[in-house]
Amino acid sequence: MSLVTRRNFIKTTAAGLALPALGSRAFAAEPLKVGFVYLGAIGDWGWTWSHEKGRKELVDALKGQVVANYVENVKEDASAIPVMKDLAQQGNKLIFTTSYGYMDQTIEVAKQFPDAKWEHCTGYKRADNVGTYNSRFYQGRAVTGTIAGMMSKTNTIGFVGSFKIPEVVMGVNAFTLAAQAVNPKITTKLVMIDTWFDPAKEAAAAETLANIGCDVIAQHVDSPAVLQVCEKRKIYGFGYGADMSRFAPKAHLTASLDLWGPYYISRAKAVLDGTWKPDDTWWGMKEGILGMAPYSKAVPDNVRAAADKIIAGTKDGSYEVFTGPIADQTGKERVPAGERMKDADMLVMDWYAKGVQS
Amino acid sequence: MRIRFEKRLAPSRFMQVATPIASVLLTMLLGAAIFELIGFDGPHAIYETFITPIVAPYKWQDVLTKAAPLIIIALGLSLGNQAKIWNIGAEGQYIIGALAGAGVAFALPNAEGFWAIPLMIGAGILGGMAWAAIPAFLKTRYSVSEVLSTLMLVYVALQVLNYLIGGPWKDPNGHNFPQTPPFTPAESLPNVLPGTVIPPGFVVAIVLTLVFWLLTTRSVYGFSVRTVGAAPNAARYGGFDASRTVWSTLMISGGMAGLAGILEAMSQLGQINLGFPSGYGFTAIIVSFLGRLHPIGVFLAGLILAVTYVGGQVAQTVVHVPNATAGIFQATMLFFILASDILVRYRVRVIRDAPRAKAAAAGASA
Amino acid sequence: MNLAFIIDALVTVVGVTTPILLAATGELVVEKSGVINLGVEGMMLIGAITGFAITFNYGPDLGDWAPWVGVVCAALAAAISSQLFGFLVLTLGSNQVATGLALTIFGIGLSSLIGAGYVGMTVPEFATPFPDWLAGDPVWRVLFGYSPLVYFALIAVLVVGWFLNRTRAGLVLRAVGENDISAHSIGYSVLAIRYAAIAFGGAMAGVAGAYFSMVITPMWAEQMTAGRGWIALALVVFSGWRAGRLLVGAYFFGILMTLELYAKASGFSFLPSQFWAAMPYIMAVVVLAVISARGVAGSEAPACLGRPFMPSN
Repeated sequence: MSLVTRRNFIKTTAAGLALPALGSRAFAAEPLKVGFVYLGAIGDWGWTWSHEKGRKELVDALKGQVVANYVENVKEDASAIPVMKDLAQQGNKLIFTTSYGYMDQTIEVAKQFPDAKWEHCTGYKRADNVGTYNSRFYQGRAVTGTIAGMMSKTNTIGFVGSFKIPEVVMGVNAFTLAAQAVNPKITTKLVMIDTWFDPAKEAAAAETLANIGCDVIAQHVDSPAVLQVCEKRKIYGFGYGADMSRFAPKAHLTASLDLWGPYYISRAKAVLDGTWKPDDTWWGMKEGILGMAPYSKAVPDNVRAAADKIIAGTKDGSYEVFTGPIADQTGKERVPAGERMKDADMLVMDWYAKGVQS
Repeated sequence: MRIRFEKRLAPSRFMQVATPIASVLLTMLLGAAIFELIGFDGPHAIYETFITPIVAPYKWQDVLTKAAPLIIIALGLSLGNQAKIWNIGAEGQYIIGALAGAGVAFALPNAEGFWAIPLMIGAGILGGMAWAAIPAFLKTRYSVSEVLSTLMLVYVALQVLNYLIGGPWKDPNGHNFPQTPPFTPAESLPNVLPGTVIPPGFVVAIVLTLVFWLLTTRSVYGFSVRTVGAAPNAARYGGFDASRTVWSTLMISGGMAGLAGILEAMSQLGQINLGFPSGYGFTAIIVSFLGRLHPIGVFLAGLILAVTYVGGQVAQTVVHVPNATAGIFQATMLFFILASDILVRYRVRVIRDAPRAKAAAAGASA
Repeated sequence: MNLAFIIDALVTVVGVTTPILLAATGELVVEKSGVINLGVEGMMLIGAITGFAITFNYGPDLGDWAPWVGVVCAALAAAISSQLFGFLVLTLGSNQVATGLALTIFGIGLSSLIGAGYVGMTVPEFATPFPDWLAGDPVWRVLFGYSPLVYFALIAVLVVGWFLNRTRAGLVLRAVGENDISAHSIGYSVLAIRYAAIAFGGAMAGVAGAYFSMVITPMWAEQMTAGRGWIALALVVFSGWRAGRLLVGAYFFGILMTLELYAKASGFSFLPSQFWAAMPYIMAVVVLAVISARGVAGSEAPACLGRPFMPSN
């Protein structure tokens, strides 16, 4: 017996004809399903935790219109593909893949699910239904660099990174340039540990930096190991991505905060309105996706004032840390005096500023 | 009353087939029970992990994609395992094979024509074989345990990978990320055969299963390998050179691992980056044992393990069990199969002391 | 380069070396008895999460004793997991390589499962038992500034060396590893000795894991041992199965690893860092070839290593 009887055929046709009259509101009756692919655990008080916070803000802000799920601990290899496919098959129409290592998988799966919208964090490959988004993390480095430059007594500051990729390089350079701006004698000692995850090695790297004289250490790694060493050695450090003061109450001066909420809300709204386009979004402090944690008691008033000035300048556009003259380690001029570095150049940065010892 | 193990005259065929099946079933039961205890919906989690990937058509492609490299590598490993030659460095051979194939691709830029693909595959096989040649040489020349040498070389291979993709082979258009340039279309395979859910690697796996089955059961070589493993003295007597067996089995398993590596790189990822080592080389060892070292068994075991991988992810999304559980399931299946191995070779006898003997003993001690 | 610099470097080296030394010491005893347990990485992780969880949960109740209890529990948990391996391998005669690997995979999964609720938490560091004036002193901290686990590691390897080479029990254990049939015929219980050795190996691996989660970085993160278990296995090979060489070899590896970081921090990178990272494994293979080729007595792999015990009756 066919399901299409004359009665329900007329009903559905009538309904179908009425739909355009109702506009997109008709579809809003069914909440938009949004999916998130996380690299780590939501409780990591770091990268993934920040994305999860953003997801929760999304759900709160667009209550009723949006339903959001997540999958955590997804490895950055071929096994991410089935996870992304699962999310698409479960009806998620807007999916955020929150780590660089998901780039090719996102492109691959997006081809198979053309009516879902995909957003890849910190990548550079786009498609008709794949956009990318990034945050100007280096703006936070400018603030921490300023603080480091003013508070270092040995004029040697340290940086523990993972791989020499543009995002990390930008961070090292911004940190160094901002520190040098308030203290021209600053040198930055850099250690790249060549792995994404190895807390013991991060700790050993921080110890080594402390041993050779660094008294303020920044980091771009996935665990608070570096901060724990700073606390033990009674030197200073900064959190990255989230407030990490719980791991190092005395050493933690401040942290850059990843505040993804505003971006997720805006993108979900775009899908609901039908205005979503694959974009290459690079927001920062001005747009509210990057912030700074409260200063610890150890930060003196004059340092706070200087840091606040940097933040204000960043927000209103009057301050840009990558303003020339900037020379690289060989002395070659990379940015002429008075000029601001272009976004495109920042994204492929593979040279370190003068004063970085790598 | 005592439990005694009596050696069987011949390994029990029934047990050989029944124990892997029982291992999987027991794992499912145990898993469901433990999940219930920790507070998850146990049966639902088990269903999603073990059953959904089999019954849901949209998951078949994922299962086959995951199974293909596992089967290919495990076929090679099983041959060596039958000769009691333990290659646990398949992961390293997988990596080096993929790198060798990629190297060929980069050495011929703008390659057109169909010969790029066979060349790359050939290079992949040779790369894996070369990496396995080192332990083979060390074993035959210096009696170095292949267990240790193959394992150590895995970590060397990882560093070779990191060096190449972060340095000489780094993609100039890759924004400085550690990855190779992507393979051109002439250097790539489609990730499924058009119109199907079957990845090209799986077709290779099917063909190789048949090849290995013939090799193992129908050829003198297969017989010699099994004899070297089961009765080394008899083998020597029969003229089967142990040294040559070491070389041949390590070369074959290395070549298979390298083949799996280059196929994976060419058909699934399109380039090689830090996420490339997926642990297939180690999981294949489990597949080899679960399949009782027999090509058909290995084929099925590879599918089962792929199911647990894929199912584990589904369970994570649907039932919210942590994704670590897939590893626990796989290890548990392996524990069961290894534990039940004894039932294949030994019969369990429960010995009850005869009443007369007991009374006599009691009388003697009175 | 002054005294302070050297002391700082030494302290870092000790921190890097200790976990490998702990795990390798345990595995040395296991392999000397003729069994190869590839489950070291898994057992270390079980120890790491157990130590952390116990210290975290009972810290307020136990106060200063908490970390000690935590480490003991870590050793116990890992030893229990090793017995699962032991039962399969010794009583049921299963393949040691596969069973050890299964234990590693199991340990990784189990520790991740248990640890899921502890991500982002921290405990106080299991710090030095010595008073501040000694442990904090810029010079004397090179001797007194370490966690109790560091001293335990040094004592353990020396005791193991003494045990293996100077006691009767150690001789018996070595005999079991070299010629189990003969040991059995003399009347020694091969299986009991191997069970005990495996338990010891497990306990040491557990303590090594606890070092990660309670000393170097007092927190829990999945797979936080990051492959140190495999380095420990390499170290046992590299040492030629001799305790004295194990101690030296461990510090040699530790110096290599620290040197890599110093070179980077100071701007010297004359060889790619991956070369240094691969060094411990390359050298283990080289040493293996050398000692097997030269057949140096007492310095080869135990003859029964990896082979199941099959008495003729």
